Amino acid sequence: MGSITLKQVRKTFGDVEVIPGVDLEINDGEFVVFVGPSGCGKSTLLRLIAGLEDVTSGQIVIDGQDMTDAAPAKRKLAMVFQSYALYPHMSVRKNIAFPLKMAGMDAAQQEAKVKHAAGILNLTDYLDRRPGQLSGGQRQRVAIGRAIVREPSAFLFDEPLSNLDAALRVNMRVEISELHKKLATTMIYVTHDQVEAMTMADKIVVLRAGLIEQVGSPLELYRNPANRFVAGFIGSPNMNFLEGETARAMGAHAIGVRPEHFDLSKTEGLVAGTVGVAEHLGSDTFLHVHLDGGTQVVVRAKGEFPVDHGDRIYLTPQDGRVYRFDEKGLAL
Amino acid sequence: MATRQTQSLARLMRAPAILLLLAWMIVPLAMTLYYSFLDYNLLNPGSAAWTGFFNYRFFYTDPAFFAAIGNTLILVLGVLAITVIGGIAIALLIDRPIMGQGIVRILIISPFFVMPPVAALIWKNMIMHPSYGVLADMARFFGVQPVDWFAQYPLLSIIIIVAWQWLPFATLILLTALQSLDSEQMEAAEMDGASAWAKFTHLILPHMARAITVVILIQTIFLLGVYAEILVTTNGGPGNASTNLTYLIYRAARLNFDIGGAAAGGIIAVVLANIVAIFLMRAVGKNLD
Repeated sequence: MGSITLKQVRKTFGDVEVIPGVDLEINDGEFVVFVGPSGCGKSTLLRLIAGLEDVTSGQIVIDGQDMTDAAPAKRKLAMVFQSYALYPHMSVRKNIAFPLKMAGMDAAQQEAKVKHAAGILNLTDYLDRRPGQLSGGQRQRVAIGRAIVREPSAFLFDEPLSNLDAALRVNMRVEISELHKKLATTMIYVTHDQVEAMTMADKIVVLRAGLIEQVGSPLELYRNPANRFVAGFIGSPNMNFLEGETARAMGAHAIGVRPEHFDLSKTEGLVAGTVGVAEHLGSDTFLHVHLDGGTQVVVRAKGEFPVDHGDRIYLTPQDGRVYRFDEKGLAL
Repeated sequence: MATRQTQSLARLMRAPAILLLLAWMIVPLAMTLYYSFLDYNLLNPGSAAWTGFFNYRFFYTDPAFFAAIGNTLILVLGVLAITVIGGIAIALLIDRPIMGQGIVRILIISPFFVMPPVAALIWKNMIMHPSYGVLADMARFFGVQPVDWFAQYPLLSIIIIVAWQWLPFATLILLTALQSLDSEQMEAAEMDGASAWAKFTHLILPHMARAITVVILIQTIFLLGVYAEILVTTNGGPGNASTNLTYLIYRAARLNFDIGGAAAGGIIAVVLANIVAIFLMRAVGKNLD
């Protein structure tokens, strides 16, 4: 069981209001990702749920029980920290067993649980090593192991992959997703990387300045962004925004078109421009196009597209793939 | 320039510094060693005759000798115990954010800047004095007979004074160690359900092990040579009750004018200090990697 409900949760540090009031429903077994630019309050929100920070007002309900003022250990949540926060003078075995030891479990049971967790995470050969002797990915797995053995009702991940190199990050992303499928436990995952959010989440919570901008499945956010911020944040490369004449013709203050939703032509189209940089990846071609109005857009063409720096190109947004926004940035 | 020339040039360049350092150490040690085999008394300076190991035998058979070694050990261990335990406690206390943190920290560090004889005199005349010391005042306030510290508990009094002087050092080193503890580790332990005591024994103490080792090693070196505090308070007495090895050597040299005997004592002290150092390095030095 692991349903978590936030009711009007507020957090201020002195005079600074970090989270002005958040309502959120997290269902049992969901993989929820908090995503947003740095400083948007996503980590603070996670720490509020964990109990490492006290809420200023509002209520946190875990599995139907009001846990707003409960101590972190009483909430049955396990957290994986950005720095892994392993205990450096203990072996991997003792690190993983630490929460069990603190709970007063007997040694034989501890050992069995540690073995089980180590088996899941491929750590069996490293149980007697110290964290200092492990690679980044292995340390990450030990931190996850320490969380698993407690059999928590939900896992909290605070940017767990940001200290890993790019290749390892992709691997660990898959491992964590698989772990979620295997354990079917609620997971809340904080990241600033929208690719992690898109690939892992059942439900994405987009935050800006402590406020929830939009909640939804990855594809919902991709297809129907509620405002310009979400539209620009979700999707890679970022959505292109066109203002002025082109937008007014469509009855909007600004229109947004994703790089993959342009039809390209060398002879005719809605807007014209000059190719700046062309990135030929084989599977895709990314073109940085300087439109005649001065705006720069990124366009993605499937497969190979034979243009080069300085070529003229015409772009037409695909029907039904144009997002329209008003002056305040809300979707029309 | 070829590697070999570079190396010999480097050796040539650093030779003066090394020779100076060597002379600085070797000359006094050699002179002490030489004097320790002489019957050399300042009251009779003309007849410095070779006496072999007589001075050593004399120093070693002095009834004060073993008492002094015992006192030295008690003094060192007592001060170490108080400063390490007290230092950890104070470091934990002042690590928390409190009002006037800067002032509190300066106040706690300040005893370290008081020179040993001055500190000892303050304690002797203003705190521990049986008639007008603060402690005597307090005892009278409660209607208890004041304690004559230096007569009744001479060694304990000196331990207290020296510990007071060294507590700031231990606190400072241990506080910096404490502040380098990763806060996410503490939070992880909190999530893991560790009590305050469990956090202390499982996280804080192991983290501070290295700093504690440094405190013990450095303090031991200085505490083996405690001397000024004894000189201005008890003068080693009553009897030999507060005489340590350093003070015994001082007594031989400056009160009995027996240079040969004092030199022999000095050599014995050097040997003993080295034995202690070896044991210390084996016992706690492994924490230093």
